[in-house]
Amino acid sequence: MFYREAGQFKTSYDADSQIFPIRQDRIGVALMLAVAFVVVPLVATPYVFSAILIPFLIFALAALGLNILTGYAGQISLGTAAFMAVGAFASYNFVLRIPGIPLLVAFVLGGLCAAAVGILFGLPSLRIRGFYLAASTLATQFFVVWCLTKIPWLTNNSSSGVITAQKLEMFGYAFESPASKYLLVLCIVLVLALAAKNMVRCSIGRSWMAIRDMDVAAEVIGFRPMRTKLTAFAISSFYCGVAGALYAYAYLGTVEPEAYNLDLSFRILFMVMIGGMGSILGSFLGAAFIILLPIFLSQFAHGFGLPNSIASNLEAMVFGALIIFFLIVEPHGLARLWQIGKEKLRLWPFPH
Amino acid sequence: MQFFLEVLLGGLLSGVMYALVALGYVLIFKASGVFNYAQGAMVFFAALTCVGFSEMGMSLWLAAPLTMLVMVALALATERIVLRPLVNQNEITLFMATIGLTFFIEGLAQLVWGSQVHPLELGIEDVPLQWMLDRTGIAVSQFDLIAALICAILVAALAVLFSKTKIGRALRAVADDHQAAQAVGIPLQYIWAVVWTVAGFVALVAGLLWGSRNGVQFALTFVALKALPVLILGGFTSVPGAIVGGLIIGASEKLAEVYLGPMVGGGIEGWFPYVLALGFLLVRPEGLFGEKIIRRV
Repeated sequence: MFYREAGQFKTSYDADSQIFPIRQDRIGVALMLAVAFVVVPLVATPYVFSAILIPFLIFALAALGLNILTGYAGQISLGTAAFMAVGAFASYNFVLRIPGIPLLVAFVLGGLCAAAVGILFGLPSLRIRGFYLAASTLATQFFVVWCLTKIPWLTNNSSSGVITAQKLEMFGYAFESPASKYLLVLCIVLVLALAAKNMVRCSIGRSWMAIRDMDVAAEVIGFRPMRTKLTAFAISSFYCGVAGALYAYAYLGTVEPEAYNLDLSFRILFMVMIGGMGSILGSFLGAAFIILLPIFLSQFAHGFGLPNSIASNLEAMVFGALIIFFLIVEPHGLARLWQIGKEKLRLWPFPH
Repeated sequence: MQFFLEVLLGGLLSGVMYALVALGYVLIFKASGVFNYAQGAMVFFAALTCVGFSEMGMSLWLAAPLTMLVMVALALATERIVLRPLVNQNEITLFMATIGLTFFIEGLAQLVWGSQVHPLELGIEDVPLQWMLDRTGIAVSQFDLIAALICAILVAALAVLFSKTKIGRALRAVADDHQAAQAVGIPLQYIWAVVWTVAGFVALVAGLLWGSRNGVQFALTFVALKALPVLILGGFTSVPGAIVGGLIIGASEKLAEVYLGPMVGGGIEGWFPYVLALGFLLVRPEGLFGEKIIRRV
């Protein structure tokens, strides 16, 4: 009844090709942004900021990056955490070695370094497909983490490889309170998400999807597989790199290379799968789900007063079972559920 | 030269152990097209269950068959609860489901048996073979040799199973084409249960051998990560490929660690096999023995 596009006519090409063609969507998005920018900072507690909201946004960004590669371009990667690590440690070194460099520039440069590493490790994708590729992206994962632990220059000669991220300072303002960090991360994530949304709607996104659906056919009709796959790797790694830098600067503060281990890669892959492959919104939904689930589970376990060792194992079991459950119930992810809901809403309350 | 041979032999024998784990993956992938990430967790689960039973006072000869029963139950449950509802989903969905399964099995194993390190005694001593040491001066562990022997027997048995028996023919048919196999009357569910059971058995053997070597602990699940390069090197669909891949990976990994490692700071065992396998893949994208991938539009 309320969610219907009847009567909304497009009179120009610009209007026809806008991101949210339906007025209700635009209102919804504006409301969400208002809530995110105004209401949340007013009501949320520091715990909510630093334990839920900031990691949620950062992981959503990383999931977005992986979604570009896996969901849109169809290349499975298990090395996401490695690209995040490159972004984080590169940013750290840029800030450390170039005095007076603006932090935002350092983040971008860190992202670009991650993109370069992404291109390098994306090269095998030109020959290898499917699970062979997935298993070989593990090479990235182990190699990058090994490099960071073994080459002291990268971690500024810290003995255990632990780095302490510099102060989060931009335009002469120090982002110290959780709320300000949250707003900073929110801005960065929003800009990048908007860019991603536009990218997948234009020619580059179409070429990714063509390669994903059938690369031989795409090649025949004139897409260059090399350029397409490598841009996917580069852009995906850039997103992951920025996410990794934010993970170090805005969330953890002190990081060791081991923080970017295989587990993290899998978690981000879960976010993409649960949220929905090939969906920008899905990355956010998936990240929210994977962040919130363990928190709920541990609250639940504490509610029953279970001892820690049992609780953590039970959590792992329930987590695994829920993943399987979700895959069985909705293999296309939460984004598909949202879409189905929208379809229903259009007909409601007169479905015939 | 002697040292080189010793490193090489040690590497080859540990490669056999990797191959043992890789076999489990190959079996399941070959018969159902599922890349079963949970194989490492199954190795851990099997070893832990067996140790748990024997710590309850059973002899190993009783504990092992009992564990096998548990693995059969696990296989049946996996087929029924996880695989059957996911028939016809694409590969990555199934892969993710097995990662979920990994979490579940790891949690279950530690919930039931606790998370401390359990020692496991198989009655095979991990000492160098004396006569070999006397004649050639090369130390080869007796334990490794026996493990290699067990692995060889297992592979031979699996090869016979796959090529000579009725079940083996059915397995290959299912691997070739699910729908066609079903159309000629091969019960898909039954075949999958059989494959997962056999994979469970392989996991048990691997778990016992690895467990008695390093102690039964959570780190056993990382063995799975060692098996992946073996797998991509040998090809996902080839049983002999798993063995040859294991040998290559095991030998080159040890040689690289000993000869290249000191130059770059050591610890390269973690990634070297992957890079090696990657190099191989660039030449042969389907692994050494994998089926040739033919792509049509």
